[in-house]
Amino acid sequence: MSSFKRDKKEEEDGGGNPFQNIEKTTVLQEARIFNENIINAKKCTHILTKILYLLNQGEQLGAKEATEVFFAMTKLFQSKDVILRRMVYLGIKELSSIADDVIIVTSSLTKDMTGKEDLYRAAAIRALCSITDVTMLQTIERYMKQAIVDKNPAVSSAALVSSLHMSKIASDVIKRWVNEAQEAVNSDNIMVQYHALGVLYHIRKSDRLAVTKLVAKLTRMSLKSHYAICMLIRIASKLLEEEETSNDSALFSFIESCLRHKSEMVIYEAAHAIVNSRRTTSRELGPAISVLQLFCGSPKPTLRFAAVRTLNQVAINHPAAVTACNLDLENLITDSNRSIATLAITTLLKTGAESSVDRLMKQIATFVSEISDEFKVVVVQAIRALALKFPRKHSVLMNFLSAMLRDEGGLEYKASIADTIITIIEDNADAKETGLAHLCEFIEDCEHTSLAVRILHLLGKEGPRTKQPSRYIRFIYNRVILENPTVRAAAVSAMAQFGALCPDLSENIQVLLARCQMDTDDEVRDRATYYSSILRQQDKSLYNNYILEPLQVSIPSLERCLKDYIQSKSDEAFNIKSVPVVAAPTEEEKQISNQKTEGMLISTGPPRPVVSREENYTEKLSAIPGIQQLGPLFKSSEIVELTESETEYVVCCIKHCFTRHLVLQFDCINTLNDQLLENVRIQLDPSEGYQIVKDIPCQKLPYNEMGTVYIILQFPDDLPNTVGTFGAVMKFVVKDCDPNTGLPDTDEGYDDEYMLEDLEVVLGDQIQRVTKMNWAASWDESANGFVEMEDTYSLSSMNTLEEAVKNIIQFLGLQPAERTDKVPEGKTTHTLLLAGLFRGGHDILVRSKLALADGVTMQLTVRSTDADIAELITSAVG
Amino acid sequence: MGGLLSYFRGLFGSREMRILILGLDGAGKTTILYRLQVGEVVTTIPTIGFNVEQVQYKNLKFQVWDLGGQTSIRPYWRCYYSNTDAIIYVVDSADKERIGISKDELFHMLREEELQEAILVVLANKQDMAGCMSVAEVHQALGLDALKNRTFQIFKTSATKGEGLDQAMDWLANALQNRK
Repeated sequence: MSSFKRDKKEEEDGGGNPFQNIEKTTVLQEARIFNENIINAKKCTHILTKILYLLNQGEQLGAKEATEVFFAMTKLFQSKDVILRRMVYLGIKELSSIADDVIIVTSSLTKDMTGKEDLYRAAAIRALCSITDVTMLQTIERYMKQAIVDKNPAVSSAALVSSLHMSKIASDVIKRWVNEAQEAVNSDNIMVQYHALGVLYHIRKSDRLAVTKLVAKLTRMSLKSHYAICMLIRIASKLLEEEETSNDSALFSFIESCLRHKSEMVIYEAAHAIVNSRRTTSRELGPAISVLQLFCGSPKPTLRFAAVRTLNQVAINHPAAVTACNLDLENLITDSNRSIATLAITTLLKTGAESSVDRLMKQIATFVSEISDEFKVVVVQAIRALALKFPRKHSVLMNFLSAMLRDEGGLEYKASIADTIITIIEDNADAKETGLAHLCEFIEDCEHTSLAVRILHLLGKEGPRTKQPSRYIRFIYNRVILENPTVRAAAVSAMAQFGALCPDLSENIQVLLARCQMDTDDEVRDRATYYSSILRQQDKSLYNNYILEPLQVSIPSLERCLKDYIQSKSDEAFNIKSVPVVAAPTEEEKQISNQKTEGMLISTGPPRPVVSREENYTEKLSAIPGIQQLGPLFKSSEIVELTESETEYVVCCIKHCFTRHLVLQFDCINTLNDQLLENVRIQLDPSEGYQIVKDIPCQKLPYNEMGTVYIILQFPDDLPNTVGTFGAVMKFVVKDCDPNTGLPDTDEGYDDEYMLEDLEVVLGDQIQRVTKMNWAASWDESANGFVEMEDTYSLSSMNTLEEAVKNIIQFLGLQPAERTDKVPEGKTTHTLLLAGLFRGGHDILVRSKLALADGVTMQLTVRSTDADIAELITSAVG
Repeated sequence: MGGLLSYFRGLFGSREMRILILGLDGAGKTTILYRLQVGEVVTTIPTIGFNVEQVQYKNLKFQVWDLGGQTSIRPYWRCYYSNTDAIIYVVDSADKERIGISKDELFHMLREEELQEAILVVLANKQDMAGCMSVAEVHQALGLDALKNRTFQIFKTSATKGEGLDQAMDWLANALQNRK
């Protein structure tokens, strides 16, 4: 009786979940009844359910436990109970990756998949494929082929989907099933047709021509399955993106014709494909947009959601087209589905006029607390776009953001708000003080360490330049008292910035830093001691180098260089100049990364650590003999194409700059499937002064594989000669071969060559961008010790200051400082400040004063530690 | 408790007997299994793992496990030993080269604790093949003389022709019933 009561109580606690309190060891114990002579199907089914439940809850089984259960489970094959057997299939699938020797059920499953019991067959195929590896696949191949073309649609679908899964481990075997898949595409069953198309595409996807043929054939035969048509639209739009031909092609007209399909799913897919294509013109956009517009008024919430979401995504690229739907979007603002309403409002914000901002913001405020974080992020992104578009509206937007900041929310949401505020501050000087004040308030109560650290860093950077720096100190010091060590350390660094930049605050900061030296955490104490002793020196240049400017080198390279240094046991002191610096991300790169997240509802996960281009190449290059000795890689250029992209051989080049050497990496692709190239070399005609040290040919270049040729050159001693143009010819031995096997017909080949476009080595290849936080201080400091050159030029081909600024930055390969790359509107003069590092570790600072009058006149002042470099830069511009 | 259970067994008389069919690969185990179940010769492929079927012989129900005989599968035989009433050990009488291996596997298996009570039937299969060993020769080659304390019998069979299987099953059914 008592046990009955307890059971009842547990049931209530569990909220109706009968598996609430089960435990792994108990269940594994229970699983032993599988071994009994007479199977109680009901009981065994129940225990198997428990095992599957545990596995789905994330319970881990060891290999031994799993194997034991697995073998016990195999005994259940003696039972003829259909439900139990199907549970066994599920169990096999779950355990197939953990247990050992799972092939033991191969025969039993093969029998079930070919047997008479239809309820077994599809599930048996799925289970069989989960236990089969490459070596065993041969034995079941015959049955799989039969199953693909089976009359029973469930069996056929199961076989097709399993083939897709197995193509990951044995794509060549699956390729042999193409005829069966082809037959299945003609099936009347919608799922079979869809899955068969999936398999066919997967088999052929690496061969563009075959995919094109497949699509051409299927678009003509009008598929029955809506799913298959949707997939076909996706494949076709992918082909369109890759192709160079114009949109008039058959592919596009196929997609467009799908707009008139009778299935809503197909219509949406087609509209989505057209709207998202990079190449769609506004004329072609029209029909797609009107379809979406129609969906906006649909009684089905899914359709409204899909339509408004798609419109939201393209609002930035095609604002004019989306504006046409404004009326429909207005109606959706009050939609009872909050997700739809949010997307509608944010879309309107993206496309709307300045006058409607206030009204829309008010509307959104009424329900912002009701929507999920994901959608709040969408709102924040829309506000960011808005703030950049209408700078005058910053106070409305900023108030809204700060209210959102005070609400509950996850890190991603809060980070996106903080990001937006930071962007507004950087972009709009008027908004700076209010923005900083909001952020100060926010860190008073911020649970996210990473965010607090970022904001403290920003305060340290921006705070000292405001009218009243002292007001920020209190907020920062409060962190030292109240927060965890990471935040405390960040606060110490921020305070030091004030100490270095505001002489009248220096004394107070010293007092605060002295207190921080009593901290319990090592890092906080270290930083406090470090900054305190530098500030005590009262030396501007020390401030500059050790407080205001962050470390410019790339951390992974620094680590590698230090490791090499320790191993070399040299007596010399470690030279930090020998460490390659990190290239500052260019404006375009930033924009690209911004755009990617714009309006997307899918969270992309934690941002990947930024690895510089140089880091990527260093790995690859260090494997090449002769390159290791050249020292650390200084800079790698962008990829330069030396051929048209549609030619027989495609060659592109990357210029790697070392301290005294230039390494040219030629990536070659042979696009002829009946040729095998051997001994591929690049014959280079370098400009005067360059010496070819070594060239490393590519031994073999089969069809469609990338091969690489390297050439190592030594820079001329004479700096002006380092800029030049190289002629290049690719030379190789051709062997005709069988397009299918790739094996050459004969052993003898013939020599051939292929002209490449000239390769230019420019100034920018030898200069790495460096971000100077405090350019003016560095400039002042460089007045002595640096060589200065000055010259005046007239840039007659430029018509605006923006254009001139862009070209100068690109040409010199230097990093603009203090946001001087943005020209305020309506001005006729501008000063561009640039900084960089020449190979060998020579600093370069450039000030370029521009004036607009019949073209642009430029006064260029170059300072560098090396006279030749300064001269090279001034002469290169002329 | 045990006595009660055996009383019930006797009462119903049709408790399912658990039988293993073992032997080297290619000896004809799967063919024998389906010959017993459906009475026909089915085309078989090498068994990766096992086949399990219910076989009705006269008034007896057997649960027959046919385990694959390939070298890689033999180690898993032992997973299926527990609660076994009888073993049918199949030998390819024409395979003189591997009769030694067959003998080793047999005795290795018979040493297992779980199989001490099991009745053994040895089938000298493929008697229809020309030049095969006779029953006596198989008996000799397997060293069956050395078996003590075990109910066992050897039969000559041809699974494809269906010869000898009935005698063997008759004997086995009797032996199983007498054991109770």
